[in-house]
Amino acid sequence: MESRRPLINFRLDPRTGLAPYRQLVDQVRQAVSLGLLRPGDRLPSVREVVTQVTINPNTVHRAYRDLEHEGVVEGRAGLGTFVTASASSRVTAKDRNVLLEELRGWVGRARQAGLDDEGIAALVAVAVLPEDIVSR
Amino acid sequence: MSEAGAALETVGLGKRYGRKWGLRDCSVRLPRGRIAALVGPNGAGKSTLLRMAAGITRPSAGEVRVFGHSPQRQTVDVLREIGYLDQERPLYRAFRVGEMLRFGERLNPNWCEAAARDYLDALEIPTGSKVGNLSIGQQAQVALTMCLAKRPALLLLDEPVAALDPVAREGLMHILLRSVVDNNTTVVISSHAISDLATICDYVIILSASRVHVADDLDYVLASHRLLMASSEETPELPPGVAVVSTTHSERQTNVLVRVEQPLTDPSWQVVEPTLEEIVIAYLREKGPRNLALGQPRGGDSSDDAR
Repeated sequence: MESRRPLINFRLDPRTGLAPYRQLVDQVRQAVSLGLLRPGDRLPSVREVVTQVTINPNTVHRAYRDLEHEGVVEGRAGLGTFVTASASSRVTAKDRNVLLEELRGWVGRARQAGLDDEGIAALVAVAVLPEDIVSR
Repeated sequence: MSEAGAALETVGLGKRYGRKWGLRDCSVRLPRGRIAALVGPNGAGKSTLLRMAAGITRPSAGEVRVFGHSPQRQTVDVLREIGYLDQERPLYRAFRVGEMLRFGERLNPNWCEAAARDYLDALEIPTGSKVGNLSIGQQAQVALTMCLAKRPALLLLDEPVAALDPVAREGLMHILLRSVVDNNTTVVISSHAISDLATICDYVIILSASRVHVADDLDYVLASHRLLMASSEETPELPPGVAVVSTTHSERQTNVLVRVEQPLTDPSWQVVEPTLEEIVIAYLREKGPRNLALGQPRGGDSSDDAR
């Protein structure tokens, strides 16, 4: 049943200060939005995860439960946990690359204007918020 | 959870060696299915607690129960349920690994040979090797394999990763966690370094100077402690209802690690959530519950509000 290799590798970074279960949730979300995980893909089993990263099995269950509540994955009894159809990012790899190139251009201009990495990250964080929140 | 739900329960448990207490007034109630980190400095009483739970050491005071049974009076019932790994990792050095397995099989009715071979495969330890020729790390892994193949309901592991290199430690943790997933084993694992256990435990028992200071769900332990920081020139009054665990002063700053029962919103202190390491160190530094108004370990239920 677990003869095939898991689709993704989790990692835990103690420096983030984030709880381990939060890190697993974020990594699955990121893998989905980057297209590493696609609808119908099976997440690594709990048994596989605890031998990828040294982590409490209950923490993995909790992370998968959270992802299920968010609709990113669904549990199928006896089979495992699968990425849902609605979870997939509708952005194609080609579109994503175009967007990334444009963003790199913008980052270059921001650096020329004198912004450091933190300043750039702060601007991006503001830009992704809805406009009525930042219209002060 | 009902009384019978506890994997390990102690009430007022104590052990005296001559005039000195090795462990005293120990009351702990560990629910089934948890992985408990038993942390404390050397000599704090960790081994004494584990040995009394395993029925090897007789208590001088109080009670210990394993799944409701007394290790002293119902030894056979308890021995069937537990796997105990001594910190000396007792193995027959002249045996080959395969002979150790056969030895384990003869002594344990619930022995699972397939699991044992599976673990040794994963660890790349050949069954033909002589135990005495294995590295320290491999010997620790073989000793744990012997415990796991018995498929116990409660595993008591005394400093299993001390003196192991990181690769051996990871291999050992991985077979342990696989076995926990497969058998829903409850685990008590002792270490003098919480960093070894921080990502695998969901229950924390802090022992220091022969006493239990904390015995609770990890989430609750994290949620019920706060680190307060303020200028040491004008240290404000502590908020009401907090119990001081430890205070550290530097030239300009005072840090107080406290136990809280309610969320703190005191603007005169900067309040942050401490890490598990910071909490453990705060208790071990003080070596005693001097100021602890809230010293009693809570019941069993988990609170999910920790982040």
